[in-house]
Amino acid sequence: MSSLTAFQRLRSSANVQRRFSIGLRLVIAAILIVFAIFPVLWVISASFNPTGSLATQTLIPANAGVGNYRELLNSREIPFLMWFWNSIKISTITSLVALAITTAAAYAFSRFRFRGRKAMLRGILLINVFPAVLALVATFLMVSQFGDVIPLIGLNSHVSLILVYLGTAMGINIWLMKGFLDTIPRDIDESARVEGASDWQIFIKLILPLLRPILIVIGILNYITSYGEFVIARVLLKTAEQYTLMVGLQIFTQAQFQQRWGIFAAGALIGALPIMIIYLALQDQIVGGLTQGAVKG
Amino acid sequence: MTSIPSQDGGKAGATSSISVLPRLVNFLILIALDAGVIWFLSRLVSLGYYPLAAAIFIILIFVNIVLLRQAARPIRWMVVGLALMGLFTIYPIFFTVWVSFTNYGEGHLITKEQAIAQLERQKYLPEEGRAYSWTAFRSPDGEYALWLRDAEGNGYLALPGEPLIQPQPGEMGIEEFDDRGIPATIEDYQKINAIQAATDKNLTEILFGEEGRTIQVRSPSEAAELLPLYVYDPDRDAMISQESGVVYQNLRGTFTSPDGKTLRPGFVESVQFTNFRDFFLSPALRGPLVRIILWNFAFALFGVLFNFSLGLAIAIMFNDKFFPFKKLIRSLLIIPYTIPALITILIWRGMLNPELGVFDRMFEGLFGWAPPWFTDQWWAKVAILIVNLWLSYPYFMLICSGALQSISEDYYAAAKVDGASPWQQFWNITLPLLMVAVGPLLIASFTFTFNNFNLIYLFNQGNPPMAGTPTPAGHTDILISYVYNLAFSGNRGVNYGFASAITIIIFLIVGAITIFQFRFTNMWEEVSENV
Repeated sequence: MSSLTAFQRLRSSANVQRRFSIGLRLVIAAILIVFAIFPVLWVISASFNPTGSLATQTLIPANAGVGNYRELLNSREIPFLMWFWNSIKISTITSLVALAITTAAAYAFSRFRFRGRKAMLRGILLINVFPAVLALVATFLMVSQFGDVIPLIGLNSHVSLILVYLGTAMGINIWLMKGFLDTIPRDIDESARVEGASDWQIFIKLILPLLRPILIVIGILNYITSYGEFVIARVLLKTAEQYTLMVGLQIFTQAQFQQRWGIFAAGALIGALPIMIIYLALQDQIVGGLTQGAVKG
Repeated sequence: MTSIPSQDGGKAGATSSISVLPRLVNFLILIALDAGVIWFLSRLVSLGYYPLAAAIFIILIFVNIVLLRQAARPIRWMVVGLALMGLFTIYPIFFTVWVSFTNYGEGHLITKEQAIAQLERQKYLPEEGRAYSWTAFRSPDGEYALWLRDAEGNGYLALPGEPLIQPQPGEMGIEEFDDRGIPATIEDYQKINAIQAATDKNLTEILFGEEGRTIQVRSPSEAAELLPLYVYDPDRDAMISQESGVVYQNLRGTFTSPDGKTLRPGFVESVQFTNFRDFFLSPALRGPLVRIILWNFAFALFGVLFNFSLGLAIAIMFNDKFFPFKKLIRSLLIIPYTIPALITILIWRGMLNPELGVFDRMFEGLFGWAPPWFTDQWWAKVAILIVNLWLSYPYFMLICSGALQSISEDYYAAAKVDGASPWQQFWNITLPLLMVAVGPLLIASFTFTFNNFNLIYLFNQGNPPMAGTPTPAGHTDILISYVYNLAFSGNRGVNYGFASAITIIIFLIVGAITIFQFRFTNMWEEVSENV
């Protein structure tokens, strides 16, 4: 009898302790969430603030309206939709081509044995840890020299920007991809090869379908990286109708930032939304890819 | 696995008879590619872009070898990627190294030959030189002629490359002179009116008359026998003024007279280690550079430390299967990470804006004082660390919670039996085991933060500025943003050479950290392990 109550008392005190601990952690979580989403809420509120200036903003704007959005989408001075389209176009092409390059290379590294294989794999990794920002001056001069011969791959061109992005396609992602390929048993290839399939057929028909999960992760990471890239695009693109969204938003905010705060907020929200949705919808897959070694670029 | 790897796909011999046509097509495509690239190369060479032409040539040879040699078959799978990497990643590194040993920059943008050619085009009017008034004529096929009249009123016809002649009416299709002594027509040459002639840029470039006594248009009213002002003397490596005899000696890519006058344009020339020596020894630069480097390391170190600590704390706090709303909390907490960094940084710039920003208004309301986020160097540094924390703690939260799940519960059970406190469990079990997985990412994150140009440039462009520096530098500038100022800001003259030298030094720092990272972890082995 007495031992039972002692046990019960012990259990209920553990319960109380646990409840208290969870409660405390929920309070901390609430504080952290405020820290995490306050800027986002603030920008949402700014985007609906009719006066559009930094100074007059309150968290819940009086006379909320979509004036900033209307001005953003109709303004002649800000070709916002064009920037948005440029960004989507450039990131889509870059991520798809980069994906093809990475996958084919990783397949060769995983399945073939050739001289210099290890050295090449290490070399590719080592070269790509150098931040692209460091080569900015050289990249700028090189692209402007290209343009003196063929303007299509010179300054102010999306083609040259995509090419520069693709120069770093074979970075850490090859490591991710090869790691995944290595987990696919080679017996699959061998039996197909016995039946007379070529390397190319094996790659396309057998291996590629198995790679789907990792293809999605790397494709999305590539997409997000080139969508958010700013410095190289800023240096290479010269005219407003060629800007990517990031370059456009930055240049737009350089002048009269305080007055243009509302329009900027509207543009920032529209610009951030696609990536936010992708992230939140696919967070489990992306987290899996991240923990294997990619750093946000 | 010890199965024999197929070096060449195994079936090449058996399928060769049916694949003649595709092979021929491939071969023709390769030839077309080569032809196109070689044309491109010839244009680059003619423009004087030798380093770039050399790089493309090497890449082209590499691509050809890979596509033509059977033994290189596996490389074909990555040849596009390697070619792009060679051109856009490796070549810029070599180019940067080359530039760092030169004076490339404002006033030094062209080659020595181009600079000498430009200088030798400058002319002067010698004392005994004759001056004329002139009228221009042009033929239908774009050739020019000048009708010259000297001070005595004699008329001359000047054609490029021929001696002056004094034709009379009736000769050379000249019918008659007008009242100023100028012919109305000369053969099929048509007179150009004075305004057109004065704005025709071709006209001032053309040398009329015979070699050695050439006549050039100097102004709308005057043409004269001009001589080259400067002549290059290869023995002395100097430009010599023909007018005054002054010798302009080549001094680090600029022709300079003994009394310090310089000739524009200068040219690109090797300066050996000058840029590096300046980096380490120049007293004017040392002040700002030492401060920039210290802040750069502090920024990367504290940035990673704060972000990691917060991320880990959150991960541990909610690492509990039965925690209520776990998924929702995580989704809300990673929101900062889902917004493109540029947008985030600009949002923070607005929120921290002095006087108008929400934080300043809040601080003013509560304490009657607000931190000067943009004007005080220490508060600016604090602001940058706060923004950096907001940007990246979710990344560490995600990777730490991933890594925590891989730590076996058995360790903790054993520790509890031994009576270890939660604090002891953290230091002796969680942290060491976590470090195995997260350590390399911490180092990678350090190098990323070390070069986080976006944050500095977008938030406050390195401001507040340091006082009295020879080149623009700010208190929150890191090395890479300082390089950007040197190379692109241009308000005090771009200096690619010095910018590249600093870039090389950053390369070395990042490279050393990376090699340490590979050594320290087993990444090397993991990457290249066999299946």
